[in-house]
Amino acid sequence: MSFIVDYYNYWIVVFLMMAGFYIVISANNLVKKIVGLNIFQTSVFMMYISIGKVSGGSAPIVAEGITTYSNPLPHVLILTAIVVGVATTAVGLALVVRIKRAYGTVEENEFEDKEDLI
Amino acid sequence: MAEFIDLVLLGMLAITALRVIFLKDLFAVVMLFGIYSFLSALIFVNLDAVDVAFTEASVGAGISTVLMLGTLALTGRKEKTSNHPALLPLLVVGVTGAALIYGSLDMPPFGDPNNPAHQHVAPRYIEDSPQEIGLPNMVTSVLASYRAFDTLGETAVVFAAAIGVLSLLGLPKRDRQAIESGLKSHLVLRVVAKLIIPLTILFALYVQFHGDYGPGGGFQAGVIAAAAIILYALVLGLPMATHVVQPALLKTLAALGVLIYAGTGVANFFLGGNFLDYNMLASDPVAGQHIGIILIELGVGITVFAAMLSIFYAFAGQAERTNIQ
Repeated sequence: MSFIVDYYNYWIVVFLMMAGFYIVISANNLVKKIVGLNIFQTSVFMMYISIGKVSGGSAPIVAEGITTYSNPLPHVLILTAIVVGVATTAVGLALVVRIKRAYGTVEENEFEDKEDLI
Repeated sequence: MAEFIDLVLLGMLAITALRVIFLKDLFAVVMLFGIYSFLSALIFVNLDAVDVAFTEASVGAGISTVLMLGTLALTGRKEKTSNHPALLPLLVVGVTGAALIYGSLDMPPFGDPNNPAHQHVAPRYIEDSPQEIGLPNMVTSVLASYRAFDTLGETAVVFAAAIGVLSLLGLPKRDRQAIESGLKSHLVLRVVAKLIIPLTILFALYVQFHGDYGPGGGFQAGVIAAAAIILYALVLGLPMATHVVQPALLKTLAALGVLIYAGTGVANFFLGGNFLDYNMLASDPVAGQHIGIILIELGVGITVFAAMLSIFYAFAGQAERTNIQ
């Protein structure tokens, strides 16, 4: 049982990462690809936060009577990464909107016939 | 008990991700992604990362869902069936996943206090930051003081991303005579929104200025304040919202936030300190740290607010233009 608890978080992280990866390479629709990229990204967040956890620890805010705190450093890295992540996702979505306007479609397999339009 | 909650929530997260793969209705995919974000936020709370959970809940479930729905309004909600063979991606993913699982067995066990990650700088942050910086929230101390240069970079990336979106889509013009939009005819929505919006803005200010003591800070406050205006725009229409918070003002604010941040750093040069070393800002180093942190958190909050809102305006302006056509 302890073997499972020790590695469960990492396995779920790998599963989520692969689910995101699969969506990115197999999905036909560009919006769905971006959702896949986001899932991939969240799996990395989950890994950092899992590494920062200390068993029996508390949130890293000083309070009386608490001696063990979880590691604050991964929290800082991921906090900023989430906001940067949504900003870069927005750039990706803006590109999708422009692709729709230029090609009339956001389905990957339909671009080929429309290349000479541009 | 915490381990058990962890097992269940992570399992639910995996199921949600699995469902996203097979759904063809993109509206449902985006909604599931909102659920996915909330579940992640719960897991972050369970893993003691309250600041991260706060950010994930406001960003993931608030802003990114709205942006994705805005894109769907322009691109259509159905994914067409693909004629790709599904075998090759599955093979690639399977092999990569197996390699990563094999690698994960060399990872240090989850939650062990003797893990390498807890040996390097973390003890110093935990033991010395309450005296050195004088703030109870260590995440804010690390974010805004020890690693302030890093955070300056992140703020600049948010600013750059907003510029990218604006150059791709453009901001809507401020137009009083624009056609009626929004959901003004829904009485319940209108009344509830009017009740919620002022409280949300008040809460954003609380998060901004209480971030030194509890979970919160500039990143979360900026997103929450932007969410309040986004709600206003959704219910009362984009023309009304651009009248309240003008697009031109947002451009100035986005740059102003980065300027406040970098300016605080440069001010230290003139007082004889290093870049973003706030000890010189007051006669007492701890008071100087406090002033510096409040200033740069303010810069972060302003930039994030302006960037998120102008990104939303850009998407909503596109959707509005399509509706008129």
